[in-house]
Amino acid sequence: MNQIADIVPILVELLKPYNPENKTLNAETDIPAELNIDSVGVLDFIMEVEDKYDIEIPMNAVANIRTIGELANYVFDKLSKA
Amino acid sequence: MMVDLLDKHKGILERVQRMTAMGINGLGVTNDRMISPTRAMVGNREIILAGTNNYMGITFDPRCIAAGQKALAEFGTGTTGSRIANGSFALHGELERELASFLGLKHCIIFTTGYQANLGMLSGLAGPNDTIFLDADSHSSIYDGCTLSGAKLVRFRHNDAADLDKRMARAEDTGGGRLVVLEGIYSMLGDRAPLKDFVALKKKHQFQLCVDDAHSFGVLGPHGRGLGDEAGLEDDVDFVIGTFSKSVGAIGGFGASNHPLFESLRYAMRPYMFTASASPASIATSIEALKILKAEPERRTKIMENSARLYNGLKGLGLTMGCDVVSPVIAVVMPDELSTVSKWDGLFKAGVYVNMAVPPGTPKGLCLLRCSVSAAHTTEEIDRIIAIFKEAVAN
Repeated sequence: MNQIADIVPILVELLKPYNPENKTLNAETDIPAELNIDSVGVLDFIMEVEDKYDIEIPMNAVANIRTIGELANYVFDKLSKA
Repeated sequence: MMVDLLDKHKGILERVQRMTAMGINGLGVTNDRMISPTRAMVGNREIILAGTNNYMGITFDPRCIAAGQKALAEFGTGTTGSRIANGSFALHGELERELASFLGLKHCIIFTTGYQANLGMLSGLAGPNDTIFLDADSHSSIYDGCTLSGAKLVRFRHNDAADLDKRMARAEDTGGGRLVVLEGIYSMLGDRAPLKDFVALKKKHQFQLCVDDAHSFGVLGPHGRGLGDEAGLEDDVDFVIGTFSKSVGAIGGFGASNHPLFESLRYAMRPYMFTASASPASIATSIEALKILKAEPERRTKIMENSARLYNGLKGLGLTMGCDVVSPVIAVVMPDELSTVSKWDGLFKAGVYVNMAVPPGTPKGLCLLRCSVSAAHTTEEIDRIIAIFKEAVAN
């Protein structure tokens, strides 16, 4: 079973293509602000997360997710309900 | 402490200021005088226009101008009201009937702009219990219309029916309807939706299909009806959306369908109900333009010839093309924003206007020099555009 602590490093790995400056990322990282990813880039990244975990993350939910930790929580909840 | 509401836009302003500090304003070009559908005076320089979406080159057609002038004299400068109040003139109904006939569909509703057509149609079709599946490369007006609907929004990979299949299979059931939104020709890269692949999924997943033919209406298909016409799959497209600001050379938009309840949308679409209807002159020129599109199919032949000539010419210069199919939207991929701005300026100074397209308005973070071809471009103009690209971009 995935725990939130297991999900965070996987999200960090999936964010590598969006982190050309190789910034240190953790659960508190604000994805669009700190990585300077535009709105389309965030949605592209979310598609990668959906495919990695085979879950649905509707665009409507993305507006409420800023940090890697919040996304990890969302993924955890979805996996728990699956 | 008060938070300044405009602080969030500082970044975008700084980006524009970096460009203007270079003496370049690719986002603020003003045409001081229009000479023809393909030529304008900017200051004292004559520019070839290769980024106008004026696909049929119909904006100076004397028949359209006469129709617009007549409507202006007979119906006045504006309608001053909504279609469901005082803003329905005989011309609006006439255009809806002409357009339905052109499309071979039973129902058509027109909007004041193409943007509002997407806002109205998508928010009218889908509601909070429904799900919209939209292509990742969709135009902003589709994203905005989807957001306005309140539906659950699921994005699938661009032009990838297998990816849509996967996402539909794992989508949680909301108990509502499902709408898939595609575009005939995608506005930035110029590729088309593989309609046959998506139609093949309809039986499996039970959804209704909407195609935005903004860039393909008047252009694709033996009758110029758009992607469904070209693919021979019109009966499988449930709803068509389009605009008058491209092939029709005016301003406005439409939604059309054979659905028996389609007319109910007139009382459900806020961007249709709560805005003034299109001005009489614009409606009258659109009616005339439709007649011309129907009577002069040679315009479609000409635009595809011009498109192939420009596409192959630019590709022959060794430039990276946005897609591998020819359409009137022809994008050259640039390495980064700085080179895009600088090469755009080189083209403009040498006498060609194209669109400077940068993220987030582009897919996959691409920076583009985006051209659009007109049936009104002469062969000499197309060759001149290629020659200027060779001088200003390829070298």
